[in-house]
Amino acid sequence: MSVAALEAVEVDYAGRGRALGPVSLSLAAGEVTALVGPSGCGKSTALRLLAGLEAPTRGVVRRAAGRGETAVVFQAPTLAPWLSARANVALPLELAGTPRDAAMRRADSALARVGLAGAEASRPAQLSGGMAMRVSLARALVTEPKLLLLDEPFAALDEITRRTLADDVLALWAATRPAIVFVTHNVEEAVYMAGRVVVMSRGPGRIAGEFAVEGPTPRPARFRTQPEFRATAEAVSAALAEGMAA
Amino acid sequence: MMRLAPFVTLALLLGGWEIACRAMQVPTYFLPPPSAVAVALWHDFPSLAGAAWRTLSTALIALVLASLIAVLLAMITALSPLLDRAIRPLASVVQVTPVVALAPLVLIWAGLDHPERALVALAVLVAFFPIFSGAVTGLRSADPDLERLFELYGAGRLQRVLRLRLPSAVPFLLEGHKVGAGLALIGAVVAEFGAGSGGAQGLAWRILEAGNRQQTARMIAALAVLGAMGVALHAVLEALERRGLAWWRGR
Repeated sequence: MSVAALEAVEVDYAGRGRALGPVSLSLAAGEVTALVGPSGCGKSTALRLLAGLEAPTRGVVRRAAGRGETAVVFQAPTLAPWLSARANVALPLELAGTPRDAAMRRADSALARVGLAGAEASRPAQLSGGMAMRVSLARALVTEPKLLLLDEPFAALDEITRRTLADDVLALWAATRPAIVFVTHNVEEAVYMAGRVVVMSRGPGRIAGEFAVEGPTPRPARFRTQPEFRATAEAVSAALAEGMAA
Repeated sequence: MMRLAPFVTLALLLGGWEIACRAMQVPTYFLPPPSAVAVALWHDFPSLAGAAWRTLSTALIALVLASLIAVLLAMITALSPLLDRAIRPLASVVQVTPVVALAPLVLIWAGLDHPERALVALAVLVAFFPIFSGAVTGLRSADPDLERLFELYGAGRLQRVLRLRLPSAVPFLLEGHKVGAGLALIGAVVAEFGAGSGGAQGLAWRILEAGNRQQTARMIAALAVLGAMGVALHAVLEALERRGLAWWRGR
């Protein structure tokens, strides 16, 4: 069953011409998909289309349009500095009219799920980059979305934090199994996290290739050293290089 | 040492002034020495303090009113682009009109029986713009990704203004109120001058009155009180701004 799809979509920007398309992409329920490509290939545009934050110039976007059915995590944690971690996470619920007490309770349990029990009252400025990103993740998960969109969510973090968070995202995915689309320019991260890696090329952005990643999710220890992982990563890198040369 | 530096400058200036007055035997109606000003200050202090309080309360009432009007109007401009076009150009007219030029008119409108209302109205006009302009900028300063998130979660216009734009505007509002408070004080004094010696008995009136009697030392004493009040008000607001910002940032 498909939770969202792009059907022959094209996006033109005034003055800059075609940015994306034509692109067709269907996302199955519970599927983890990575969009990999060089900067300027329209992968973030594709994500915004799926989020409904932008409309295509041509083509059709089908998506779960209900409140809280789609959630987005941006590159930066994007937290309100004047709110506590708890209030930040409760925000999507409160905007949808959930009573304050219930919203706060659910926010606390979402924070506990991302490993931040005890930091509920902290302000974003008091949290490390990785912790702030976890708050952002908890906010995305609190509405129990069917589709979770991640726009280079770990780009600003150090390697160790990135890897921990990648495992955490997969563990959280296993609990409620939303469809996940995440954009990255890091091939290893894409292959590690996704069951399906979509490679995009530039000018205008198109799909240059698709790769299925075998193996259990969440990933077992030392998954990165296994030959299948290495082989897929090499194939994705090759497709990426080809797309960049074109 | 750093904190003492301005006081050292002040002491040097006052010392030079005193010595120059005595050495050159300047007539006191023209320029009295600081010692004479100090005597006038000591002697007039009760009446000066009363006058200072009148001026300050005019400025503070004006600040509160200006704040309410400016923030409300800025929120209306944030709610709708049409209202924004309708309101903003007119708001700048208020900014470029000198308060002295408006004073006679406002005095007539407020009625000669209630000069204090005219003073407040004029001070409001002066304090309005920095608060309004700060609020307008602040209401547009929200993180664009947070705006997207509000859109994604289906927030209404009012929810966006109250839960995102207004809190995002806090640093700009604090700055606007700090500038606005200083201007409200200046506006109150200018308005008092405009009102003349009618029923308005603020510091400006003390200065005018002493000037009419050629009591220069008392004029300068009143001016010194006015300056001290301005500095104190500024210090208080700066401290409030720092506290407010620290709360907003969460550290």
